Amino acid sequence: MWHVGKIIALHDETATARTIILEVPDWPGHIAGQHVDVRLTAADGYSAARSYSIASAPNVDGRIELTIERLPDGEVSPYLTQELTVGDPLELRGPLGGWFVWRANQTEAIQLIAGGSGIVPLMAMIRSRASAGNRAPFRLVYSVREPAAVFYRDELKALSSQDSADSVTYAYTRAAPEDWPRPPGRIDAALIESAAWPSNLGPTCYVCGPTPFVETAARLLIASGHSPDKIRTERFGPTGDRK
Amino acid sequence: MTIISRGFTGRRRVDDEKLPPGQYVTTDFPVLSAGPTPRVPLAKWEFTVGDGNNELKRWDWKSFRELPTETFTVDIHCVTRWSKFGTTWEGVSLDTLFADVKTDASYALVHSYGGYTTNLPLNDLLNKQAWIAFKFEGEDLAPEHGGPARLLVPHLYLWKSAKWVHGITLMKQDSPGFWERLGYHNYGDPWREQRFWSD
Repeated sequence: MWHVGKIIALHDETATARTIILEVPDWPGHIAGQHVDVRLTAADGYSAARSYSIASAPNVDGRIELTIERLPDGEVSPYLTQELTVGDPLELRGPLGGWFVWRANQTEAIQLIAGGSGIVPLMAMIRSRASAGNRAPFRLVYSVREPAAVFYRDELKALSSQDSADSVTYAYTRAAPEDWPRPPGRIDAALIESAAWPSNLGPTCYVCGPTPFVETAARLLIASGHSPDKIRTERFGPTGDRK
Repeated sequence: MTIISRGFTGRRRVDDEKLPPGQYVTTDFPVLSAGPTPRVPLAKWEFTVGDGNNELKRWDWKSFRELPTETFTVDIHCVTRWSKFGTTWEGVSLDTLFADVKTDASYALVHSYGGYTTNLPLNDLLNKQAWIAFKFEGEDLAPEHGGPARLLVPHLYLWKSAKWVHGITLMKQDSPGFWERLGYHNYGDPWREQRFWSD
């Protein structure tokens, strides 16, 4: 069953990513980490659908936010990030997915690891925790290409400064801010060691990002003693090793 | 009720008749996995067939690789909406593995290293419809795509094609697997768009 949402606001997160806020009259509610399928239909009936993670916390007002990264050769994301305007209808199906989710009654320590636009479902978890007043200790390791590629920068800063149990560590892969202590590069064992919860705390880990990033992050977590059954993953895009 | 997306034209393809509804074609090979990629050394790899009480069959890597293999080219369809055409695999047909298994079971629960499970009717595993594949495009199957060996049941959505396959339990009663308990369709026919429970 497809819902028809209406775009009530949109804003750019970065030069290539845009957040769209929808009002969905019959929205059944969602859990942080879930996604929706979005469907576009051309005048002649041709349609194309893609999955996007929900960025907003569960709420009762029938509003959801999606943050969409524009893929240069994408069929749907260029339309969503460049053509869609306030007032447009948009068909969506969901919420979908029952595994990569954080419920507001979870109390254990949480380790979030995001690569690029993989931050989106993790942001829903961070927002869900904040809006529920949940005190579960959260840590986020957020790997991005460069400072200008960070989504939700001000909100993450505000959340981590009001709540010491909520820390964010940025890892830059191509270009870091001036005086940044760690040279640009992929995440590695030293970063996981210093920025992630230790394995003896038994955190549940949520890792989301491009496939090679998730493979690396999950491997590093296991190498530092985290149990594979405490690591939940969501991957997107190709493996990068073959076509 | 379908809503027309103002200004959207989209892409067309000439071979759309090979594409199940709601899918798009990719030339990449995306990955959908719920957890970390298990690393299974060949020296420890085993594949078993059982009926829940007794083990009926067991292969180690050496005896598995001594079985006759088939090379086959199929289209694959992931519930996350990508389809990939003309993928070539090498594997052992389930018909070969089940050749002398006597059972009155109607269902199978496939289980994997790492704990993943998926269920399907036994008939969907037989009659030249399913393989345990260990090569993709002529190379050893990469761990993130299910290596050393994965089930391949290309006529169903790809979550049924369990990666890192470890064994099959035959069942008289159907029992949902991992994704099937978490909202995905029990059968998963891409041509009938059986994605979720409500489909």
